Amino acid sequence: MIRRTIAALLAAQLPIAAALATNPAQPSFAPPPRADMPKGPFGDAVKLGENIFRHTTVYAHGVIGDALNCSNCHLDAGRLAGSAPMWAAYTGYPAYRKKNRKVNNFGMRLQGCFRFSENGRVPALDSKTIIALEAYSFWLAKHAPTGAHLAGRGYPRLAAAAESPDYARGRTVYRQDCSLCHGARGQGQYARGQTVFPPLWGTKSFNWGAGMGSVKNAAEFIYANMPFGAVGTLSVQQAWDVAQYVDSHDRPQDPRFSGSVAATRKAFHDSKFSMYGRKVNGHLLGSNK
Amino acid sequence: MRMRRPRSSRFAVISMALLVSPISIGNGVAAAPPQIATCASCHGVNGMGNLSAGFPALAGLPAPYIERQLTAFKHGERKNAVMQSMANPLDAKARAAIAAYYATLPVPATPEPTKKLNTQGEALAMNGVWGGKLTGVPACDSCHGPYGIGVGVSFPRLAGQPQSYISAQLTAWKNGSRTGDPLHLMSNVARQLSAAEISAVSAFYASLSPNPTTLPGLVPDGGKQ
Repeated sequence: MIRRTIAALLAAQLPIAAALATNPAQPSFAPPPRADMPKGPFGDAVKLGENIFRHTTVYAHGVIGDALNCSNCHLDAGRLAGSAPMWAAYTGYPAYRKKNRKVNNFGMRLQGCFRFSENGRVPALDSKTIIALEAYSFWLAKHAPTGAHLAGRGYPRLAAAAESPDYARGRTVYRQDCSLCHGARGQGQYARGQTVFPPLWGTKSFNWGAGMGSVKNAAEFIYANMPFGAVGTLSVQQAWDVAQYVDSHDRPQDPRFSGSVAATRKAFHDSKFSMYGRKVNGHLLGSNK
Repeated sequence: MRMRRPRSSRFAVISMALLVSPISIGNGVAAAPPQIATCASCHGVNGMGNLSAGFPALAGLPAPYIERQLTAFKHGERKNAVMQSMANPLDAKARAAIAAYYATLPVPATPEPTKKLNTQGEALAMNGVWGGKLTGVPACDSCHGPYGIGVGVSFPRLAGQPQSYISAQLTAWKNGSRTGDPLHLMSNVARQLSAAEISAVSAFYASLSPNPTTLPGLVPDGGKQ
């Protein structure tokens, strides 16, 4: 299966795969096969980390505040290149982050995910949750070089939109290609309380401080990874448009909210890629309690 | 399955009660239209299908999904001589009545996977084969729900369906004899599966309970912080 995947990647004609192609400045890497997961107490932590990652709503219940699993944005349980894989993130820290203006270690980076993407409380660095996620990511990065930007890290860069991303065009794309799974109102779909298709906006989705609230990040993720089973069917413009549409809906407040939407926008969302603090259909985004 | 029913299927049930038959037979099961006697000869009186003959269970499937399949047989998007002859004479009202009936039939609850699991099938179902030349194969569970119990009105339950039925459908998606899938999701995926993979993943889902009382690994407080 792995051989087939690699062969298929090499033969790929999709621009996504081209973006992941060999670049001497960005060494390629593949995580160890699932079957090689270690045994013993360390293996238990790795396994718990994988469970938290895949079934966050169950294994981090009470920590998180939305209905999202880590694996909803980091596909194939954090293994897939071009989908912000954990093996590439793990070797990328410690690093300085503009977001909190300090050097973060990997655990602190995970805390950021809980605070924003999971709209939750922040587990302590020595909590079982953070340590298990570190163990899982460390194992995925086994034998990966440090100090290098691994190919496949983050989401692949997307060409700028030829036309400004547009809400109405995005809505057309959403209805045609996204709502089947994510629902007409972005509410996601569930089975027995398990999130199957993640909510994209509204109270059960990531909050305004999350990376996916950036139209740019969302467009990159969407273009490289969506829809499941039909990747490559959206044009670059469609990816930008639908990202604009998704991120033009309200969602839980940014936890850094200062009491004023305008001031919070100025402090944390002063970017053409953030719709926070902008009015859409008469509603001021970010004004929900 | 006695879980939250999608609004659209509730709506279908309500419309049926108003338009076709004012009677329901209790426990929330919609009244059986006259065609059901014929359906039952293959799909079972309880709507749970026939495992050895490979006839799928219909009980508890979403009404809009069943309706769409009847239309697909009629229009040749799904090719099956028997089902085509059954679906041909049905009008929209009859399709809705049949669908509403099966959607409300209870699915017997059984604890957990009952048969031997196979690792290749389980890996495909739970993990998929992401990336690759076309679109990659997402985990089947990522659309059909945990342990294949089905999601919403467009992603039917796979758990407990006959192995021969699942593999025949995957093969039909693969070779293009079954069409009409939204966004071509199933044909894209099935084209990337080998015959061995189809066989393995079909056996895996066939071995699962259609209405499990527990979802293994998904216990509510499995990972306290």
